[in-house]
Amino acid sequence: MTDTLIPSRREVLKAGSLIVAFTLTGGGATASAQQQDTIVPGAPAKPVTLSEVDSFLTIDANGSVTVYSGKVDLGTGVLTALTQIVAEELDVSISSVHIVQGDTLTTPDQGPTFGSVSIQIGGMQIRNAAALARAALLEAAANALNARPEELRIENGVIMSPTGQITFAQLIGGKTFNLKVDHTKPPPWKDAKAYKYVGTSVARLDIPDKVTGRFTYMHDLRVPDMLHGRVIRPPSIGARLETVDEASISAVPEVVKVVREGNFLGVVARSEWSAIRAARDLKATWSEWAGLPEQAKLFEYVRASKVVKDEVTGNIGNTSEAMAKDGIKRLAATYDFAIHTHGSIGPSCAIAEFKDGRLTSWSASQMTHSLRKQLAKMLALPVENVRCIYVEGSGCYGRNGHEDAAADAAIMSKAVSKPVRVQWSRADEHGWDPKGPPTLIDMRAALEGANVVAWESEFFIPQQTPNMFLVPLAAATLSGLPVDDTIAPGNIFQNSNIPYKFANVKAVCHRLETTPLRPSWIRTPGRMQNTYANECFMDELAAAAGEDPIAFRRKVLDPADKRGLEVLDRVAQSAKWESRPSPISGANGDVLTGRGVSYCKYELVRTYIAVVAEVEVTKSTGGIRVTKFYVAHDCGQIINPDGLRNQLEGNVIQTVSRTLIEEVKFSRSAVTSLDWASYPILTFPQVPEIVIDLIDRPAEKPWGAGEPSAAVVPSAISNAVFDATGVRLRSVPYTPDKVKAALRGAA
Amino acid sequence: MALSKTLTVNGQEVEISTEDSEMPLLYALRDNLGLHGPRFGCGLGQCGACTVHIDGKAVRSCVTPLSALKPGNRVLTLEGLGSPQNPHPLQKAFIDEQAAQCGYCINGMIMEAAAFLDANKGRKPSSAEIKQVLANNLCRCGTHARIVRAIQRV
Repeated sequence: MTDTLIPSRREVLKAGSLIVAFTLTGGGATASAQQQDTIVPGAPAKPVTLSEVDSFLTIDANGSVTVYSGKVDLGTGVLTALTQIVAEELDVSISSVHIVQGDTLTTPDQGPTFGSVSIQIGGMQIRNAAALARAALLEAAANALNARPEELRIENGVIMSPTGQITFAQLIGGKTFNLKVDHTKPPPWKDAKAYKYVGTSVARLDIPDKVTGRFTYMHDLRVPDMLHGRVIRPPSIGARLETVDEASISAVPEVVKVVREGNFLGVVARSEWSAIRAARDLKATWSEWAGLPEQAKLFEYVRASKVVKDEVTGNIGNTSEAMAKDGIKRLAATYDFAIHTHGSIGPSCAIAEFKDGRLTSWSASQMTHSLRKQLAKMLALPVENVRCIYVEGSGCYGRNGHEDAAADAAIMSKAVSKPVRVQWSRADEHGWDPKGPPTLIDMRAALEGANVVAWESEFFIPQQTPNMFLVPLAAATLSGLPVDDTIAPGNIFQNSNIPYKFANVKAVCHRLETTPLRPSWIRTPGRMQNTYANECFMDELAAAAGEDPIAFRRKVLDPADKRGLEVLDRVAQSAKWESRPSPISGANGDVLTGRGVSYCKYELVRTYIAVVAEVEVTKSTGGIRVTKFYVAHDCGQIINPDGLRNQLEGNVIQTVSRTLIEEVKFSRSAVTSLDWASYPILTFPQVPEIVIDLIDRPAEKPWGAGEPSAAVVPSAISNAVFDATGVRLRSVPYTPDKVKAALRGAA
Repeated sequence: MALSKTLTVNGQEVEISTEDSEMPLLYALRDNLGLHGPRFGCGLGQCGACTVHIDGKAVRSCVTPLSALKPGNRVLTLEGLGSPQNPHPLQKAFIDEQAAQCGYCINGMIMEAAAFLDANKGRKPSSAEIKQVLANNLCRCGTHARIVRAIQRV
């Protein structure tokens, strides 16, 4: 039993300040509270540009290092990894480093936390700042100690010469470095051979608090005088709000206000439960709207959508001529990939405080700097009057509903002139978070003997509005307030081209004017869908050529690309891959087993991954069980091996779920899969065993690891099912009905 | 009119003031008592993030109205199970196994597993058995394998 029942609340009440709430998040967040305490809102005491060392870190009079990171921990452990990087580069202890994340007042705009670049780009910017700080400290110490720089060594923030010593705190404590940093010309980093923290499995700093109920998630944050808001979304996406019957909630106590702005409808109450009841009971009438396509004909709709631009991502030789030759074998296949939802376990949540023409917004947004601009636009405020502060939420795998909840809270706070916390319901999240758009891919190729002589691919994907990674805020659209009229699915063209050397290649992305549901990026956006089609089709070609699928890939990889060849060889080794063509011969019985391979060089320029999936297919039920997954992964320098494993395991499991089960359902009016029964995800009994082989290259730069391993999962499963059954699955998710239909078609 | 309800939470008797006796226990724990362990995930009893113990049994607090609680019922939350300084063996196992990513679902995993282990003292459950116990607890980050290993450590 704990001796204090409600330690967190007491602390908050005792201090009487919302700032202290941050100290409850445990060690890593204490400094952020201290820092925020000392900064008057609107008057930054430190720079936030990317070109100043002081933007990224400060060292106080106690020698404590505070890092200001524009990249945030979305539940992947990046906070621990960034701490390791800084502790390493500065030669200080892990416990002396504290990280402030995603506060537009104090942290540099390092771009959204997406695209597997938090370490690769964000972390290296911070490493650059730390390396320059270290060099400056060494120089100052050499002067102070009257020593030559090469005589100095650093241990835990103490610089020692043969005759004396001086601490970081004595040298810089509380003062600024006043040093420029040019990230295009990085300073020399510490030699990897001297690493103490980087490359080791430092335990996650947040886990002890998370497993004992002491962690403060966004959902736990409370501010003084806070009210509770809930949204009432329209029953149809494009419906107009006609009437609201406020008398319908007269029996609900504690209601402060019904907030109506255009088609935006919300309620604010003094308690959360009253807000929930009011949102549930409030009667409103809406116009009819049925502008969505028929789900059963979704991919016909996608194919017929207006193309606004063709992007050629691969163009070698002349595929038309090569495809027209005599004596070749031509193959063609069409793949599709369903609409997916993010499905964070905690629905989006945010607090807004609108006061004296200024807005403070707390949310789990992956991009507070972008959100700041969007909120300012919506409320017609100068950007400098908006401060967005990141507070970690439930796992975030892309642009989900956090920013939308922040906009909901902002509108409601402005309406009641009090801080308002908005917690989305499960149905709000499933129904109204932006979705991973449907993807349709046509593949064609020609084989001459066992060699591919032509490769053509066409990807039907929504457009990305130029230079704008801003998903329109739902509340801004509904209310009719100013909004960026953008379509922002992310860089979903990536990995449409292939890493293989064929004489004739043409890869084209048809960018579509529209897509049925508001799109955004979900883990491995585009790279997953595109790699799925490319790697499945490679497998189809290998089978048509009668060759082993790994050997078939090896022979067309650039021999100079040794790291790509190595991941393939390593995964073959760990999976005890038997070299033979697919499908396996002589299989019979109701349960068939098979194995499939897939390979990816992420965005064709970085992280290499090869995987092997092992599956069981039950013919009578159409059920697929993924029993085992082998991963070989090379992302260059590994910061935290166990953290990386954790991420890779998560990518495999989440993507097995997306591949086998997941599909957003919708009527002509709205999303209808509004809970976990109608949008199920993988459960414990279905989870595969995962075997991971990490290739560490301490002397190389670190590349991204958040997404790449997810890219190869759907294709590996599809290829394994073909190996087991001789039947191709080309439509994600691979539901039992589709599997049975495919097996019947082959029989 | 506000009602008052007496609960025993983490060994202490507390008064909950509410306008509605049908308010789920989850909101009393989170909003009235400021606890962070039990989490809101779905409000439908589908995901398990809100799990607490009532008299040693794992229940979903998001669908348990206050009116269903009887005087003398003992409510235990993740905070009551242990602290960072003095973790319950299961909490320690989750730390040792680094069995969390975002950690939002972990409350449910630990509370569900703790009740199961308490009811099955003296034997080591198989991984297949643990997976069945947690079959109705959802994790989106994909931490399943670590969670099972952590539970097997105890």
